[in-house]
Amino acid sequence: MSSRYIVRRVLLFLLVIWVGTSLIFFLPRLAPDRDPVAQRLGNLAATGGINTEGLDEMVEAYRAKFGLDQPLWKQYLNYMFDMLRFDFNYSIAMYPATVFEIVMRAVPWTVGLLLVSTLLAFAIGSLVGALLGWPRTPRVMHWVATPFLMMSSVPYYILGLVMMYVFAFKFKWLPLGGGSQYGTVPTLTWQYVWDVLHHAILPAASMVVAGVGFWALSMRGMMVTTLGEDYVMLAEARGLSPRRIFFRYAMRNAILPQTTGLALSAGTILSGSLLVEVIFRYPGMGSVLYRAITGFDYFMIYGVVFFVILAVGAATLLLDLIYPLLDPRIRYSRK
Amino acid sequence: MSAPVLQVRNLCVHYETDAGPVKAAENVTFDLARSERMGLVGESGSGKSTTVLALLRMVTPPGRIRGGQVLLDGADLMALSPEQMRRMRGSAISLIPQAAMNSLNPVMRVRDHFYDTILAHDRTMSRAQLAAHTGELVEAVGLRPNVLRMYPHELSGGMKQRVCIAMGICLRPKVIIADEPTSALDVVVQRQVMETLGRIQRQLEASIILVGHDMGLMAQFVDKIGIMYAGRLVELGPVTEVFGLPLHPYTRLLINTLPSLDAKAVFKGIPGQTPSLLNAPAGCAFHERCPDAVGDCWKAQHVLTEVLPGRWVACPCHAGAAA
Amino acid sequence: MSRSWGYVRRNPLLLVGVAMFILLLLFWLIGPQVIDVTRARPISAMADQRPSAEMPLGSDSVGRELLPNLLVGSLYTFEIGLTAGLIGLVVGTILGFIAGYFGGVIDSFISTAADVALTIPALAVLVVIASVIKEVLNVRNLALIVAALSWMRPARTIRSQVLSMRERSYVEIARLSGMNDWQIIVQELLPNLLPYLAATLVGAVAGALLAAIGLEAMGLGPQTEPTLGMTIFWCNYYGALLRGMWWWWAPPIVAILYVFAALFAISSGLDELANPRLRRAR
Repeated sequence: MSSRYIVRRVLLFLLVIWVGTSLIFFLPRLAPDRDPVAQRLGNLAATGGINTEGLDEMVEAYRAKFGLDQPLWKQYLNYMFDMLRFDFNYSIAMYPATVFEIVMRAVPWTVGLLLVSTLLAFAIGSLVGALLGWPRTPRVMHWVATPFLMMSSVPYYILGLVMMYVFAFKFKWLPLGGGSQYGTVPTLTWQYVWDVLHHAILPAASMVVAGVGFWALSMRGMMVTTLGEDYVMLAEARGLSPRRIFFRYAMRNAILPQTTGLALSAGTILSGSLLVEVIFRYPGMGSVLYRAITGFDYFMIYGVVFFVILAVGAATLLLDLIYPLLDPRIRYSRK
Repeated sequence: MSAPVLQVRNLCVHYETDAGPVKAAENVTFDLARSERMGLVGESGSGKSTTVLALLRMVTPPGRIRGGQVLLDGADLMALSPEQMRRMRGSAISLIPQAAMNSLNPVMRVRDHFYDTILAHDRTMSRAQLAAHTGELVEAVGLRPNVLRMYPHELSGGMKQRVCIAMGICLRPKVIIADEPTSALDVVVQRQVMETLGRIQRQLEASIILVGHDMGLMAQFVDKIGIMYAGRLVELGPVTEVFGLPLHPYTRLLINTLPSLDAKAVFKGIPGQTPSLLNAPAGCAFHERCPDAVGDCWKAQHVLTEVLPGRWVACPCHAGAAA
Repeated sequence: MSRSWGYVRRNPLLLVGVAMFILLLLFWLIGPQVIDVTRARPISAMADQRPSAEMPLGSDSVGRELLPNLLVGSLYTFEIGLTAGLIGLVVGTILGFIAGYFGGVIDSFISTAADVALTIPALAVLVVIASVIKEVLNVRNLALIVAALSWMRPARTIRSQVLSMRERSYVEIARLSGMNDWQIIVQELLPNLLPYLAATLVGAVAGALLAAIGLEAMGLGPQTEPTLGMTIFWCNYYGALLRGMWWWWAPPIVAILYVFAALFAISSGLDELANPRLRRAR
């Protein structure tokens, strides 16, 4: 693999992280009242709040680093150093828990739900889309697939709300929300695992159903383009079986831009899954973010946002590095 | 004289459009003998590519084969089931495509292309046999064996075309269709590729249909030549005779447009334009541009008739051509 | 004329989508004449009422009547989507055009900026911005915020179109026949870009709607204007689903589905128009 390619991709990743974290630093400070965090902390300190212990120290520590008396560039440097050490400060609403702790507890839930749903939707959607673009597919397939295609632009959480009403409220087949039965302690027993899966079905289903349509639609387009290529025509002229042509010549090539599409959509998919979590009160980063927003817990908001940017950047980088394995033209590029 | 290996009778291919059928090929009829080389020339849109695609039954919608028979060693290809036809392609009748850059699957190595072709028709070969066979094939077309490990984008245009030739012959077909195999290559490579093709064809005793518009190339390579105009075969005969004494007015004008190294002359084009294949004029398709058009030409369809032994023309002027 | 009819019969989606929008427009135009929109404000009706003859869609927990709410909310939501989509399209087209046409350093800069901006999840940045100005969010500035992150896809699309058009022969011929850059842009390139601009606009509006409604569902939307997304947020906040108040959460969802279905139909129809090969796949 060309080392130039790898270096470029890693640099892009670092650039994304840097720009993202800088935005998190600067944007709030563009607000008309200069520093909402300081305001918030000040309010808390003045009115008391739930946990006054240690709050004064926190406010002091904050002022020392980011107070208005510090020059902006120094604040920025302090901020960046903190970020590099993953020090996001304490959660304002849930002091003395640190932001890092809370986020780390939520990450496995989000990653589990996201990975499984996205991979399922991508795999099923791509296969369905490829079949839709293949002229020999029976018409029945088109009729069956159309409702899924139409749901492709519907946001995941809207679908989630509908499914929650139908399956959880009306029919009571599946739980209304949460990650597991309320009050259970996470232990590695079959019962717990089943409980988790049971609770994950609806959130995952809403993401898969909406996602399948999207991937099917784009795969269909790629498939039609690929089927017009010369090598597919020659494959037919050589007497290859339709099955071989479908998988090895058409789909194998159409999957390349599809994978690029996956890399480009990483951000949208993650954002969508956060909202699904909010709807289902699923204990992932989405719910953490939601509580942070309603509670004006700025440190938490910034911490989650940082992780989101990091996750999307890493996912994009990973897909970029996998791509040459699929496309020999990138792998063996001539000087 | 043995029976011809390929007999095409009244082949018709139409493209269905919203405004009506476009008659891309009408009543094309010819024979091809064993080991014979036939050229098929005509302008762009004359129907030559459509005709040969129809032989392979690879006309894509909105095109449809509307009638005719194609007898390969007596068996009518038009009457076969799709699966039977699939088995014919590549093994009994094969295609060497235009020298476009894109005939090979970019994600597969060259040797896998061969394996695919062979295994699609003969599953009994072992890995070792496959490797040996493909090694011989690439050597036969003048390539080094390391080509097999490469991906298509690592090959030059000429190398890719030779790979296509090797694929086109690997199952020893009876008929090879070469659709402008060298039109995108430079002259030196063109000569090498044509030499390779000719040598292979003779070794295999296969028949070849060479489609193109390069009259000079045709003159050097083929035994028999067919001229197509507006979807119809207007003249057919041995190449030296046709070039020496063209019978159809269109052929005559076509040959006159060829620059000659002997005499310096003013280049002559052919005045007018090819007619629309959608609203084809009744009568002879060429009559509007024909310098020899007579009274009936504008309304009567001329049929390809054998006016001399082995010489066919679709023109009434030469029904009784003098030698 | 008969040829266009034949085409329309084979591509009904475009017509369906446009028809759906016309219906929506009628709803917005005629609605206020028949429905009293002032009752969409809080504390204008009895709270938590089921649908009845007087209040066809009942009321919510803060006393908004929900039919006027739907009318006003759908209009606001679409206004946000359209404004953000248009701004994103215009900015994106200009940037994409400059990048594609002039190439070189400018292109590298714009392209890298777009790549970085695309990778950073929009919702993340929007959350940061919106959470800070939460109290003063309204329809106008929400649209602007969403627009700030809607320019990238249009820029990329237009850039790649311009790049491929630049190489085409008709541009060379135009240049050789003496047309200057501006004439080429206006007379040759823009007309060929129109189908892509239309498709991109639909995509940008859909994307903006997605982002806006997403933000609102988390509470980051106009606090006083009852957009569709905010209605969903209030539903969640007051637990409407658990209380079985289907008349509260169902209409916004239906409205959102309707708008997205119409956008999908139009963009599919435009896709087929721009890519004739898709027509054969049917």
